[in-house]
Amino acid sequence: MTQHEDSLGGATPPRPASSGAPFLQVRELRVHFPTDDGVVKSVDDLSFSVDRGKTLGIVGESGSGKSVTSLSIMGLHKAGTARISGEILLDGQNLVGMAPDRVRQLRGKRMAMIFQDPLSAMHPFYTVGSQIVEAYRIHNKVTKAVARKHAVDLLDRVGIPNPKSRVDDYPHQFSGGMRQRAMIAMALSCDPELLIADEPTTALDVTVQAQILDLIRDLQAEFNSAVIIITHDLGVVAELADDIMVMYAGRAVEYSSAPDIFNSPQHPYTWGLLGSMPRLDRERTERLQPIKGTPPSLINVPEGCPFNPRCAYAGTNGDLSFTLRPEFRDVGGGHHIACHLGAEDRLRIWETEIRPKL
Amino acid sequence: MSTKTETGAANRRLGEDLLVATDLQKHFPIRRGLLQRQVGAVQAVDGLTFTVKRGETLSLVGESGCGKTTTGRLLTRLIEPTGGTITLDGRDITHLSSGAMRPLRRDIQMIFQDPYGSLNPRHTVGAIIGAPFRLQKVKTEHGVKRAVQDLLELVGLSPEHYNRYPHEFSGGQRQRIGIARTLALRPKVIVADEPVSALDVSIQAQVVNLMEDLQNEFDLTYVMIAHDLSVVRHVSDRVAVMYLGKIMEIADRTSLYERPMHPYTVALLSAVPIPDTSRRDNRERIRLTGDVPSPINPPSGCRFHTRCWKAQDLCKTTEPPLVELSAGHQAACHFPENTTKLTIDPTGAAGSAA
Ligand SMILES: Nc1ncnc2c1ncn2[C@@H]1O[C@H](COP(=O)(O)OP(=O)(O)OP(=O)(O)O)[C@@H](O)[C@H]1O
Ligand SMILES: Nc1ncnc2c1ncn2[C@@H]1O[C@H](COP(=O)(O)OP(=O)(O)OP(=O)(O)O)[C@@H](O)[C@H]1O
Ligand code: SF4
Ligand code: SF4
Ligand SMILES: [Mg+2]
Ligand SMILES: [Mg+2]
Repeated sequence: MTQHEDSLGGATPPRPASSGAPFLQVRELRVHFPTDDGVVKSVDDLSFSVDRGKTLGIVGESGSGKSVTSLSIMGLHKAGTARISGEILLDGQNLVGMAPDRVRQLRGKRMAMIFQDPLSAMHPFYTVGSQIVEAYRIHNKVTKAVARKHAVDLLDRVGIPNPKSRVDDYPHQFSGGMRQRAMIAMALSCDPELLIADEPTTALDVTVQAQILDLIRDLQAEFNSAVIIITHDLGVVAELADDIMVMYAGRAVEYSSAPDIFNSPQHPYTWGLLGSMPRLDRERTERLQPIKGTPPSLINVPEGCPFNPRCAYAGTNGDLSFTLRPEFRDVGGGHHIACHLGAEDRLRIWETEIRPKL
Repeated sequence: MSTKTETGAANRRLGEDLLVATDLQKHFPIRRGLLQRQVGAVQAVDGLTFTVKRGETLSLVGESGCGKTTTGRLLTRLIEPTGGTITLDGRDITHLSSGAMRPLRRDIQMIFQDPYGSLNPRHTVGAIIGAPFRLQKVKTEHGVKRAVQDLLELVGLSPEHYNRYPHEFSGGQRQRIGIARTLALRPKVIVADEPVSALDVSIQAQVVNLMEDLQNEFDLTYVMIAHDLSVVRHVSDRVAVMYLGKIMEIADRTSLYERPMHPYTVALLSAVPIPDTSRRDNRERIRLTGDVPSPINPPSGCRFHTRCWKAQDLCKTTEPPLVELSAGHQAACHFPENTTKLTIDPTGAAGSAA
């Protein structure tokens, strides 16, 4: 940390990539939870990757498996609750099936997570400072005094006022926004190579949100980390992400570069998301266009395409949408979608029906 | 510009003042020690003056803890103000006893912030929506059950949902149940506290549209509490921006979003993330530093001065009054923005250099 002290947004040379392969590669990940009502297929055949220095934004319906995916990467599902298969390669090492001890050693330094709920990540009985100190000393053989100074520096960097005295506060003495920032300080304490931020700003006000997003951006520029940002807020991903993955019912339905997703989205669910959201950067529309219906059950996922009960185009290709699960495939230039619509139909619908209304 | 204030609300032909708050104040006492002596007060709401016109939607926005919910609870008389007055339809309701208030409860209803916590999990949907009829001893033409089923249909649920329990519904459906309950007694005013912020984006739009339809159908007046500034622009006729228990700016929607005058509003608007990758690099943002100060010891003078980039010595000593700077547009600032005829690119959000 000390050597980077003054380099917020500065010109520290990026960490060299160790090889050509992506830093994180997820392949055919499945995470299923057996419950009394049946098997909850929270994540079902999901593949994606993130390079060093890049940011992947994951957006999608509530319950579509975003948090479950990130907890799987971090190895944080309670033993015995989840059935996990597939591969999660972190710098080439497969985390699926790795002994919990070894995964624990990777947490903090190689990968870290900012949780959706800051209270769940901080222990109420220990001071904020002592929790950061502890996280730091797992990976750095330094004295308590040095680690404490590091904790104060971090709190200062995430914008906690009077960090020298606030370092001894307990989590409940912080406001919601400050707790979120303290958790971010903790997650960043060892300059993680992969940072997963799960709704890092949802509970925060826009002015604080902007501070946090700046912080994530700066730290990534400084340490060349791979970042995954999970959010409902399409504005947040538009600002931060290089690539975007859209999830629905435990699967990826669309994946491409961020400009592509916003300028030429090709999946009906993504169209729905973009259309249902009021936008400050456009003329005010008289009427929002919601996606009809409700999110699907993950126990009895609809046959064929999981989005078919809510999709206006489900009948376009005969009954394919109702019978056959659409394959997640490259439709050109790395733009992936899972939908039966043909290229011409997609282009026509986007150009004539969707884009004019956005 | 003067026409704008008229088109916003008065278009509905209904524009007279319905709900008027004058110097409204709520200080929560802080008590300590054995004798529970008062050692201070949370100045949650500290002198609000505004009117809500019949048929319009007025939104209250501002950061967490600025007093939005407290204002909503004061307006619906769920809590007692420590100062100021509230009139509803010309009648002073500030200190009505709960008995005297009962008939008025029909006129002013609240939708609560949390769609999960506000529905009793042990009651059926029928019992929940029917409760207002029973509490108010209202006679219904075809019985309470029929009235409830009509309400369910009105909010887009099925009459068959009558015997189901809240946990069997999704977040959006639960919010509809909450809305059906508030509609039961055909209120004039609905105070809706963050009615869509707990909902998924795809469901948010359904509920926003439903509320708009109901407003048109029943000439409802809404006081909407929200923090998503994009949603607020969509739903509001007028917007009040609050900070630490005070109104910083209040104006019709178009003036507020196109010509914000208070630096705090300008900062808020410039911080909204815009879902457009092409403007990532060319937006100029105003970054506020630090947290909102405590409402127990609010800053002297202008409450925003500890975070304001325009603050001068005057701001620390003298509180700026909320005054009308152009037709229908009030702001409380010694050095307001956008007061000249200068216009901003309406799509650029405030503070944009583009
Ligand atoms: N331990 C568990 N046992 C059973 N089901 C679970 C478990 N954990 C998660 N689920 C289910 O898996 C699905 C995906 O949950 P997840 O938390 O990943 O959603 P999400 O996409 O993060 O949603 P949100 O946007 O609301 O945070 C949900 O239906 C959830 O109920
Ligand atoms: N019953 C109470 N006793 C003491 N303080 C209170 C009480 N209710 C609210 N407050 C305080 O009053 C202030 C305003 O709270 P309020 O709930 O109105 O804020 P809000 O604007 O609705 O915030 P949010 O956006 O987080 O819902 C806060 O500082 C809060 O802690
Ligand atoms: S596969 Fe069919 S139902 Fe699914 S998104 Fe495409 S058109 Fe809609
Ligand atoms: S009065 Fe002064 S401190 Fe307050 S908003 Fe205006 S310029 Fe800023
Ligand atoms: Mg989640
Ligand atoms: Mg509130």
